[in-house]
Amino acid sequence: MNIISLIIKREFIAKVRNKSFVVMTFLSPLLFVAVAFFIGYLSSMKAETKRIAIHDETGLFASDFLKENKKGGEYRYLNLSEISVSALKDSIAKENFSGLLVIPKTDSEKELESKIEFISNNSPSISFIENTQDVIASKITKINLEKAKLDTLAIEKAQAAVNIHLAKASGEESLKGLNEIKIGIGGAFGYLIMMFIIIYGNMVMRSVIEEKTNRIIEIIISSVKPFDLMIGKIVGTSLAGILQFMIWAIIGLGLMFAASAFFGVNVGPTARISPELMQSAQQELSGTAQMYIAELWNLPILSIIIGFVVYFIGGYFLYSSFYAAIGAAVDNQTDSQQFLLPIIMPLILSVYIGFFTVVNDPHGSVAVIFSMIPLTSPIVMLMRIPFGVPWWQIAISVSLLFATFFLVVWFAAKIYRVGILMYGKKPTWKELYKWLKY
Amino acid sequence: MSNLLEVHKVVKKYGDYVALNEVSLNVPKGSIYGLLGPNGAGKTSLIRIINQITMPDSGEVILDGEKLQPKHVQTIGYLPEERGLYSTMKVGEQCLYLAQMKGLSKAEAKKQLDYWFDRLGIQGWWNKKIQELSKGMAQKIQFVVCVLHKPKLLILDEPFSGFDPVNANVIKDEILALKEQGSTIIFSTHRMESVEELCDHISLIHKSNKLIEGKVGDVKRQFRTNSFEVGILTNNVEGLMFDITQKFTVSPANFKSLNDDLKLNIQIGNAAPNELLNILTQRGQVTHFVEKIPSINDIFIQTVTENKI
Repeated sequence: MNIISLIIKREFIAKVRNKSFVVMTFLSPLLFVAVAFFIGYLSSMKAETKRIAIHDETGLFASDFLKENKKGGEYRYLNLSEISVSALKDSIAKENFSGLLVIPKTDSEKELESKIEFISNNSPSISFIENTQDVIASKITKINLEKAKLDTLAIEKAQAAVNIHLAKASGEESLKGLNEIKIGIGGAFGYLIMMFIIIYGNMVMRSVIEEKTNRIIEIIISSVKPFDLMIGKIVGTSLAGILQFMIWAIIGLGLMFAASAFFGVNVGPTARISPELMQSAQQELSGTAQMYIAELWNLPILSIIIGFVVYFIGGYFLYSSFYAAIGAAVDNQTDSQQFLLPIIMPLILSVYIGFFTVVNDPHGSVAVIFSMIPLTSPIVMLMRIPFGVPWWQIAISVSLLFATFFLVVWFAAKIYRVGILMYGKKPTWKELYKWLKY
Repeated sequence: MSNLLEVHKVVKKYGDYVALNEVSLNVPKGSIYGLLGPNGAGKTSLIRIINQITMPDSGEVILDGEKLQPKHVQTIGYLPEERGLYSTMKVGEQCLYLAQMKGLSKAEAKKQLDYWFDRLGIQGWWNKKIQELSKGMAQKIQFVVCVLHKPKLLILDEPFSGFDPVNANVIKDEILALKEQGSTIIFSTHRMESVEELCDHISLIHKSNKLIEGKVGDVKRQFRTNSFEVGILTNNVEGLMFDITQKFTVSPANFKSLNDDLKLNIQIGNAAPNELLNILTQRGQVTHFVEKIPSINDIFIQTVTENKI
């Protein structure tokens, strides 16, 4: 135990002192915030207005399109029905029109439906086409209704909008969209675990390779058990990772608030809501909104947070131990590529299962099974917890997770010990299997 | 208990390859024990088993009267042939870390480090990183690391490689000093002159088998050829040659001498040296008469070439 804590300390200090680690710790949040603001800036930027010429021989639609101008969209319509189509076609480039909408005169409205043309040099966006079709279609519908002597106003009034309220059998009112919120919370935590594993798993692998590249491995292995070394490296590196992650979060949030105060950009949703704020907000909000918030507070918040911590640690440790096993098997990082894919696969799989299966059926057999399997359980189970999971399932899942972790570390230690004898030899899967038998 | 380390019929196989074939060794307490053998003989495999880096397939190792077990790593100091330290760590911190891994308390490790750094004149290196040091300097640090915890058994694999003659001498003196203080040292090398200089006992491993083991003197006696180098001033060369070739095998010799004498190698077999000397003194003036003692180098080469299977 004493030796393990010694190794943890060394690994932690070695990681934290590393220059690239220090640089990345302080540079990443800056980059992150810069990118976030750049994206925000881009999306808030008004797209340049595109001018669309309309040649309307029927004289029915031009006014409707000109109404669209008032909405202040991206497109600006010009009624140029007096000019001939051929002249307009020639002037598209010259006058810098984005396109020309030609509505010919036809015998019937039915015929018109398939006769309208849009001429442009660049293909128009789908939303533009749909919008244009909507405008024309609704106009034609209106004309058709009038022709049929129907009261359009009455029809408009007759149209119903239905809003179904959900309720639980216990009587309390339930809310639509709550499932999405639940999966959002679970998914965010699950995603965080995945990101952390991808970023810091490699660090564990590099630290396991370190003794080999420094050729100190024989001295170390003649002093400590490889198992202790592996545990020490995994824990020490994760602590450094967690520290970096926390610094990122603090700096990132700080910068976000500072920048939003400075630029006046609203970054509200990222902020946590304190209970005091909640109460004052509750008084202001009425009806459904209040119910949503009440419902959110009814979520098993404590078990979500505890679950997150446990699965975060367990999941990270398990994946790290796989990275450690790879590090134990190879001499340098370039050799490790072939082994990395099988590790990333279950990670991606669990995110997919989370977002497709758990959303539809949080307690279905697929979701339950994958929340037990150690490789997928950290993410899948975390997504299930907001929906309420029986404690025995969590107990089985967590114990399986940690048991597998120790098994894989043992396995990695075994590979590590045998790997010493294989200096400079590229390992293959077949060779790894052989090593296990030694 | 006169043996610190006993290796009993140790077998180690890697797949089908037999690296050690029932090798047994006895390393007496307080000795410097030369573990010799050509490349790939199995020396490193044996050293790794003693260091518990790998386990023997069969056979056992007894250290200080006890079967080898994990706690023993703290009583062994190991300088592997493969040299290396954490390149980005500072010298002092690194030594403290490695010493603590061998079971020393931090304070004790610090004390020992001060002593050794002072002794080797490297006090100024404490805050340097290994990557800033030269190869020889790093090697000095590594030597310090393996002796810090005052090991009962010190295993040195090619300790002098990479050292200049001055530093090699410093290390040699330290090895002898450690022996004086009661350490037992296993010394694996290809440099036979350092074996002659340092070792009391040797063993020779070749093709996974131990071929020779014993005190250096005993081994040399075992390999003596009973031949003498002779220098003689005589007027009657033919008569002399006639006399000695009747009894002994003679061949021309080559050694440095101030006289213009006849130089011969004479194999006397089971005869007493005086028998030869009597003949020689009757025929001329003997200027040189020395028994040819096989060097470890000769023994090494002879044994290895004889056992080419």
